[in-house]
Amino acid sequence: MDFKRLFIIAFKDLRLIFRDRSALVLMLLAPFVLTLGMGALTGRFSGAGTSTFEDIPFQVVNQDQGELAAALIQVFESEDLAALLAPEIITDPVAGRQAVDSDKSAAFILIPAGFSASVLSPQAPNSVPPQIEFYENPTRPNSAGLLRSILDQFLAQVEIGRVSAQVVVTQLLQHGLIAPAQAAEIGKKVGVNLATRGAADVSAQIEVNQEVNEAPKFDILAYMAPGMAMMFLMFTVTYGARSLLVENRDGTLQRMLVAPTSAANVLGGKFAGIFLTAVAQLLILIGGTSLLFRLQWGDPLAVWLLILAAAVGATGWGVFFAALLKTPGQVAATGSAVMLLFGLLGGSFFDISILPGPIQVFNKITPNAWANAGFSTLSAGGGLRDIQPNILALLVMGLVLFGVASVWISRRGLGRK
Amino acid sequence: MAPILEARHLVKQFGDLKAVNDVSFEVEQGTIFSLLGPNGAGKTTTISMLSTLIKPTSGDALIDGFSITRQSVEVRRAIGVVPQEIALYEDLTAMENLVFWGQMYGLSGQALRARIGEVLDQIDLRDRARERIKTYSGGMKRRVNIGVGLLHKPRLLFMDEPTVGIDPQSRRAILDSVKTLRDGGMTILYTTHYMEEAEELSDRVGIIDHGQLIALGTQAELTARVGETDTLILHLGENEDPHHLVEALATIPGVLKVNPLDSQVSIIATSAEEILALVVGKANELGTRIHSVDMREPNLEAVFLHLTGRALRD
Repeated sequence: MDFKRLFIIAFKDLRLIFRDRSALVLMLLAPFVLTLGMGALTGRFSGAGTSTFEDIPFQVVNQDQGELAAALIQVFESEDLAALLAPEIITDPVAGRQAVDSDKSAAFILIPAGFSASVLSPQAPNSVPPQIEFYENPTRPNSAGLLRSILDQFLAQVEIGRVSAQVVVTQLLQHGLIAPAQAAEIGKKVGVNLATRGAADVSAQIEVNQEVNEAPKFDILAYMAPGMAMMFLMFTVTYGARSLLVENRDGTLQRMLVAPTSAANVLGGKFAGIFLTAVAQLLILIGGTSLLFRLQWGDPLAVWLLILAAAVGATGWGVFFAALLKTPGQVAATGSAVMLLFGLLGGSFFDISILPGPIQVFNKITPNAWANAGFSTLSAGGGLRDIQPNILALLVMGLVLFGVASVWISRRGLGRK
Repeated sequence: MAPILEARHLVKQFGDLKAVNDVSFEVEQGTIFSLLGPNGAGKTTTISMLSTLIKPTSGDALIDGFSITRQSVEVRRAIGVVPQEIALYEDLTAMENLVFWGQMYGLSGQALRARIGEVLDQIDLRDRARERIKTYSGGMKRRVNIGVGLLHKPRLLFMDEPTVGIDPQSRRAILDSVKTLRDGGMTILYTTHYMEEAEELSDRVGIIDHGQLIALGTQAELTARVGETDTLILHLGENEDPHHLVEALATIPGVLKVNPLDSQVSIIATSAEEILALVVGKANELGTRIHSVDMREPNLEAVFLHLTGRALRD
């Protein structure tokens, strides 16, 4: 193998692609802009916080003034959640909603009058108990989601307390330990006790969850940035593969084939050019998002190895399409479709765990699925050991596709007909 | 002088089509050999085989003593190729193209820089070497295309129709540079379908048609084949049938051969001037309208016409 000429061809291709402005827009600008846009949509850049899930601002109006409302506010103001939440107790519901509408707040919570009483006292069979209103900011779905989960856990605990109190009072009555006249009073005391004690547990539970989530500081961009990078990586590799057919059309491939080197070297140089371009693209996107968004990608060595493996896997697909298709136009059209399809299947837009089982198996053919999962693992604090299967899968994928493509290109006699 | 190229019974078959059929010829060092033939005659396929781009179906050729079928890398070191299309990278500058192709031929460092300087002087593009190829005119691109083929000082240069699609001034510059290269000792195999180019450049000419080499020799040797004859070409009016005239014209004394084709008739005769009046008279008798008449003295076009019954550009 003549590696010198192989790298001469590869670096020529790298130079050519970085001179193509339209390619650069899709390779580098588009993933940056999409990541930025999706980050903005999810509230990543909103508010004063520089890191996610810190000091989430929200307003509470307490019209109830009962025991349970006090317990809920106590949860929000607990020391355990002090770093996470920044509640503001106000009296005007309109002001609370306005704060959400103007993106100053992640959510507004209204505890209606009679809430505590409706839970702790027996209700008429057809009466509708007052409901807590949760008014969320759609541009901050993660912050609002966290607040809702705290509220839901509190309400679940309250329900447990209410049911438990009923059971306790019933048992006491059945065993003649209390008089029927005492039942309502005792039930209320037991219910309040259980509900508020449980509410205290909510903050502890959230604290635990928060620690789990925040130890690696989960960041929505850490999920989106690799997803976008991998999706547009597929554009890059198909663009690179297209260049093989463009060179065949323009006669430069033939000119290389009559230079004093082997056809394998020429093909190897073209493959290496696509690979180098893919690596360069991922490095620029990862470096750029690290600097601009302060994104933590994780263990640098593992990230490097995953970048190389992802580039091998994606390049394999690129050369496969060059071998399969006949004209540069066909490769360009197929490349765009594949970029989107692999992006969807590979989890570049949403969590693929929501997809049906067969699709989750099928998406393993995409480099996106393996690489996105690997990058997510690393950004969540995982190490090289955790992503070994991902790296291995990407390398095997790339090498198998290289092999198939090389045989097909050789049989087609590319550049020689 | 010993031949630098010896082609022996080259055959190239694509499916049922024999693109090159049993072609043999030799090219001596320091000469220009032209392969002259119409489009689709097999010129490019012949060069593709000789430059080791495609393998012959049968036959072989020796270039500088190396076999094109068994020693392709050695052959490639000895040859340079100027393809018919502009095989350059449009988004690179002329300088960057020359650096890339020079490196592909094993040049590097000071030797590469010095050689690029010489080539840029040869093709007269030193001042614009740092501009991207896509900003060049067609003629300038052709000159860089030739320059790439010269970088490693090949002993044998293949030039495949290098003047196609360019302006007369650039064409003249290229023809002059080809002669200069020959005068500097380089051997050139030049393909063309322009009779004038072959006549101007060639030390020897091979005429190729339908994949077969139908004539081979110096220009004098080839024109001698048609003897002391002239060619008269009648361009007929619209909708006139040339076959209508053949029988009548063949009876005129001094006419040796009559070839009808499309809207014209070519007549080979001992003297064009002597038969002209009779030819026009016969045409009038038959009611055939003549649009114009060309008279040609013996040349390669006449040789091709004599051998194939067709004009070179048909």
